[in-house]
Amino acid sequence: MCLAIPVQIEQIHDEFSAIANIGGLKKEINIALVDDLQVGDYVILHVGFALKKLDEEEALRTLALFAEMGIDVPAELASDAELPGTGEVVS
Amino acid sequence: MKYVDEFRDGELARLLAATIAAEVQPGRTYHLMEFCGGHTHAIFRYGLPDLLPANIRLIHGAGCPVCVLPIARLDMAMALAKHPDVILCTYGDMLRVPGSGRTSLLKIRAEGNDVRMVYSPADCIRIAQQNPDKQVVFFAIGFETTTPPTAVVIEQASRLQLPNLSVFCNHVLTPAAMHGILDTRSSGEAVRIDGFIGPAYVSTVIGSDPYEPFPAQYGTPVVIAGFEPLDVLQAVLMLVRQLNDGRCEVENEFTRAVTHSGNHKAKAVVEQVFELRDTFEWRGLGFMPNSALQIREQYRALDAEYRFAGLLQQHADQLSRLPQDNKACECPQVLRGLKNPRDCKLFDNPCTPDNPLGSCMVSSEGACAAYYQYGRVKDRIPAVTVAPTVTEA
Repeated sequence: MCLAIPVQIEQIHDEFSAIANIGGLKKEINIALVDDLQVGDYVILHVGFALKKLDEEEALRTLALFAEMGIDVPAELASDAELPGTGEVVS
Repeated sequence: MKYVDEFRDGELARLLAATIAAEVQPGRTYHLMEFCGGHTHAIFRYGLPDLLPANIRLIHGAGCPVCVLPIARLDMAMALAKHPDVILCTYGDMLRVPGSGRTSLLKIRAEGNDVRMVYSPADCIRIAQQNPDKQVVFFAIGFETTTPPTAVVIEQASRLQLPNLSVFCNHVLTPAAMHGILDTRSSGEAVRIDGFIGPAYVSTVIGSDPYEPFPAQYGTPVVIAGFEPLDVLQAVLMLVRQLNDGRCEVENEFTRAVTHSGNHKAKAVVEQVFELRDTFEWRGLGFMPNSALQIREQYRALDAEYRFAGLLQQHADQLSRLPQDNKACECPQVLRGLKNPRDCKLFDNPCTPDNPLGSCMVSSEGACAAYYQYGRVKDRIPAVTVAPTVTEA
């Protein structure tokens, strides 16, 4: 039950409710706990509630940390071309 | 999936593991405790112990919310569920946990009581509205991640003046349990912990600041990590570097979701609805002061412990005569990191996820269930040279 996943906001109804895309599945979620959400944002979904907005810049910075140890992240990710979304992250 | 796949890359995981193997000092062991059921699950699902050098020991802490709930509280929930007017709603993991007298919420449901699994606590509002002649009780459990959703539901129910919804609150606090584990070091029965892998989603809510006492008071570093395998490996590397350098601080690997002060909106609604309990019992850790939350007086009308006080007292007398935990069950020691699930005589036979005798075998986040599902046939943790592929999910 502690398992939570990143999902993308597709539609915002009001301050409580939004439609999220969960790996292709659309589901109504509660957004009462997160401020300033916009369509296209990614949030962590947990027990039906958006818990926190994900920060894209910080995600890129974490991936760049791996480069510190000689890992070429863009090249590694390009080799995983079948994975959806990875192109966006490294561009 | 964005924010998932790029943090699960198998090749990157092997490179990270190789960096860790190159940086660990030979002859030194690193005892690292993760404090998050999601980390326990990820560590086994992606075979991280097999990727890491043998002198990194991952110890599984009390981070599984189902596992740390004491049987007495589960028994109270079952007493509520047996009331003919009550619809008891809770998370799926809770249904199979064995309580006193070899029963569970699932067995009670089979006997004809109305026990429902909810995906979200918000579902309880709908169930209460659809069943005006019933009393709907939400059996609320969990750490700081499930607490804000429960608070939202209580606040909403209060505004809607729903007369037939109440919450049986069992929300607990992660830093308190970390203190509890470190405090057992003084009692002699202690597990060695050189560093904590700090919880992922708990920290999105509370932030990284509440972990500052651990380096300061106990000399134990903390690195907050995301849930994906690369996050956990990176956190291990950051802890190894701190220990090698003689540094001791709070570091944050999960910066894409965790800030210093956390989610203010979530913390505000929790503060509005809940207050600290003086003391609360944790399975394996005993009673710990200021380690759990209760519903504030302002919302007492929605507190199941007040609404059903008479019923709960009546059952408390009855329940005290029933046998509690299976005496051979090592869950308390497993939760404190003192024992490995395989050290338990009941592990694999007769205690399995299909027939759990202890709480750690129930939830997929429990250490016993994770061992059973992913690692029960292994004799010991092999070194990095024989590392298998990290699977993509």
